[in-house]
Amino acid sequence: MHLPHYLGLLDHSEKQITKAFEQVARHHHDEPDIEQMCQKLSAWSREHRGKLVPFLQRYFETSSSEPARLKQQLLAPPRHGALGLIRDLHDLWLLTQEVQLCWTVIHQATLALRDEELKATCEFCSSRTKRQTDWLLGRIKQAAPQTLVVAD
Amino acid sequence: MPETRDSITDIWGRRTGYTGQWPTRIDEHLTAEPDHWVQSACVLCSNGCGLDIGVKNGRIVGVRGRAEDRVNCGRLGPKGLHGWQANHSPDRLTKPLIRRNGELQEASWEAAMDLIVQRSKELIRQHTASSIGFYTSGQLFIEEYYTLGVLGKAGLGTPHMDGNTRLCTATAAAALKISFGTDGQPGSYSDIDHTDCLLIVGHNPASQQTVFWARILDRLAGPNPPQLVVIDPRLTYTAERATVHLAPRVGTNVAVLNGLINLLIEADQLNHEFIKQHTMGFAELRKTVEKWTPDRVERLTGVPADKLLAAARIIGSSPTLVSTALQGVYQSMQATAAAVQVNNIHLIRGLIGSRGNAILQMNGQPTSQNTRECGADGDLPGFRNWDNPAHIEELARLWNVPVDKIPHWAPPTHAMQLWRYCETGSIKLLWIQATNPAVSMPELARIRKILQQKDLLVVVQDAFLTETAKLADVVLPTAIWGEKTGTFTNTDRTVHLSYQAVAPPGEARSDFDIFLDYARRMDFRDQDGRPLIGWSTPEEAFEAWKACSKGRPCDYSGLSYAKLTGGSGVQWPCNEQYPNGAEHLYTDHQFNTHADYCETFGYDLVTGAEKQPEEYKANDPQGRAIIVAADYEPPHEEPDAQYPLWLTTGRVVYHFHTRTKTGRAPALQAAAPEGFVQLSAEDAARFGIREGDRVEVTSRRGTATEPARIGGIEPGLVFMPFHYGYWDHDEHDKRAANELTLTEWDPVSKQPHFKYAAVRIRKVAGAPAAAADTPPPAKPSGQVG
Repeated sequence: MHLPHYLGLLDHSEKQITKAFEQVARHHHDEPDIEQMCQKLSAWSREHRGKLVPFLQRYFETSSSEPARLKQQLLAPPRHGALGLIRDLHDLWLLTQEVQLCWTVIHQATLALRDEELKATCEFCSSRTKRQTDWLLGRIKQAAPQTLVVAD
Repeated sequence: MPETRDSITDIWGRRTGYTGQWPTRIDEHLTAEPDHWVQSACVLCSNGCGLDIGVKNGRIVGVRGRAEDRVNCGRLGPKGLHGWQANHSPDRLTKPLIRRNGELQEASWEAAMDLIVQRSKELIRQHTASSIGFYTSGQLFIEEYYTLGVLGKAGLGTPHMDGNTRLCTATAAAALKISFGTDGQPGSYSDIDHTDCLLIVGHNPASQQTVFWARILDRLAGPNPPQLVVIDPRLTYTAERATVHLAPRVGTNVAVLNGLINLLIEADQLNHEFIKQHTMGFAELRKTVEKWTPDRVERLTGVPADKLLAAARIIGSSPTLVSTALQGVYQSMQATAAAVQVNNIHLIRGLIGSRGNAILQMNGQPTSQNTRECGADGDLPGFRNWDNPAHIEELARLWNVPVDKIPHWAPPTHAMQLWRYCETGSIKLLWIQATNPAVSMPELARIRKILQQKDLLVVVQDAFLTETAKLADVVLPTAIWGEKTGTFTNTDRTVHLSYQAVAPPGEARSDFDIFLDYARRMDFRDQDGRPLIGWSTPEEAFEAWKACSKGRPCDYSGLSYAKLTGGSGVQWPCNEQYPNGAEHLYTDHQFNTHADYCETFGYDLVTGAEKQPEEYKANDPQGRAIIVAADYEPPHEEPDAQYPLWLTTGRVVYHFHTRTKTGRAPALQAAAPEGFVQLSAEDAARFGIREGDRVEVTSRRGTATEPARIGGIEPGLVFMPFHYGYWDHDEHDKRAANELTLTEWDPVSKQPHFKYAAVRIRKVAGAPAAAADTPPPAKPSGQVG
């Protein structure tokens, strides 16, 4: 059974996106909507990790040995300015895809397992992850023309 | 010469109690006997009272209410009766100004326009039209907004056009779109004549729409008076008359409204058939509100559980309901989410589209409805959907331009982002019209800094040298109300025609003529090489707008200057189906939510993310109203040890916005010569402050000092009116409330949050201010929430 492995991977993914949202909030605090929304979305991911705790215990895995693969490559070093903002939102969007895929994989497993509780958690968190992605995409689409065409 | 009543001391006038048809009462204020009268309507709040301008020897000598007008039946408020005197102010701008060697100097129109046009062309060449932004108003006329909308979207092709309506009614528009598919008030003022109950949320009509409030007072004084539920953290004039007044802590509107909805659901005071046939989303609403029990609401908001129950009992048992909301909702936390819950109350009770039932998501300014309709703000003309390619094609056909000329890659840039682009340097020409952001925007130190940025050319089009104009590079002097002809629409969709009564002073020109001149000099053409803007008079512009609006909810096609002359204002939609306008939208409970007709595909109320078209189409509401639930979210800034009090900002009855006009009308200025800091007796004692002491209020963003007024407010909260800036006051002695406010906004409507900030206060040593010697003319009042 490799469910514990994937739960660990998911736990890591949510952890790295929690931090990544916080980091972008900090680096772009002069964009008020970015700062506040990234803080809020970071709190969502932190809450998702909390919801995972009982399942990590249930399936005998406290953490995964899987390294936080994506964030090491993304979001570093700190970026500033209009282009930096778009690049950071771009990376956050990629991180949400990693998280979303983990939830999807685990959701599939819960169907076979008939674990209703984990299934409900997957559905709740997956739909919130989609809302994170949607916000990021909308904000990227808004900023893209001005940044790529006009900004210095 | 007579004033028919003293509107300064008796704001609403004598009572004419009624139910059914509101009796007429003609209010008039003249300084001389006019030689003729000219038809118009008032522009000093969103009510739009019909009036005639009295003219003698080419000068305005007074006004009188139009008895036949459906909005006011002859009445006028203090601002309407006195505000016209500002037209004669010696401060009027009469010549263009250009900044040379750091000083604004008189210049010719030729030189001023040439400078703007040369800079525009240069910027377009170097950076595209996306380096040009417009920050317009809620004060212009339809003909002006539509001309501006066309030149911006199809001439320049810039997405950066918004108005101060972003600060004023953006949330009204957002909430109506979300619930009903498009903007447009479902009911009318005439519903007040018949209703059994009014729910007034974060709105103080007694001060802000005094004639609207007189209508309510007259119902209260007549047979079968309606019950009145008021939600406002302060004991305003409006709240004083309430059957039940709920005074929540600032920033908790959603919790209170969810608490009310929960009680309605628990008591089964629902229209199940209506919910089933005409709405979607009720199950989610039930789930969201069920935890907002009266006890929980009380703990969070401070509203006693028994009061919440009493309010719910009134709303739940009333056969009809008129609800209103304004800045206490729109400028506070979760603005759109809260405004939508007001809509939801009507939807779950099925109280919409019939006599006595109205939702009035109020406007603040006289013509902000038209900024929204005509495409001069972050909306497309005719309530079209920027995310619907067919709607963009309609506009492209109408204007005969390529589809991709019209910016539609994202929603038009909202004002707060527009200012941010100026700050970061990618907008290099900012053209401001008939608004005064150096006093009205949040965090004024930041705004002043942006306006003075070296590589930003600031053009200000105004009638006075406002705080903003003083920082401009080019100032264009404008004609104002009474000096130009045009139409505008009030909160309840009533369209008025305001005729030119007198000539503008000096070389001042109408905003309309300035836009036409710019379009001509820029040589904007359609794809057949004809001038893009083919009209040259306001009436021709109105005809063009009619064509643009035809078939959309705000259908003006049945109106004309002739039809708007002589009688009452007329409501839209006005077309073949409704030749005399319609008091109610949605009489058949079919809403504007069809995927191919709606103005938006919806939003995530928490993140503000726009829903994708495919997602909407997959579950097309096809005429059902959309119930959207929202849970409470805490404010971003809350009082702490360093800044222990809440600040909320608002208005006083005698002034409008930044007092550009009302501060120059002697009676209004004398009635409220300066601002104040309102605080509770408890806080006054705690900080050693007496009535009239100068109080310094400090937030993380700035400091403002005004005299103290004690009482009428909950402990822990201080209130300041935002009207008072620096054109008649030493600019080094900071006093504007917006020195203190936050640069942040609602995720959906993008309306800034003026209604809360954390502050600290202290008494300033020295003599008490002059205000202590001036008896307060009336209780301070504002709309807060």
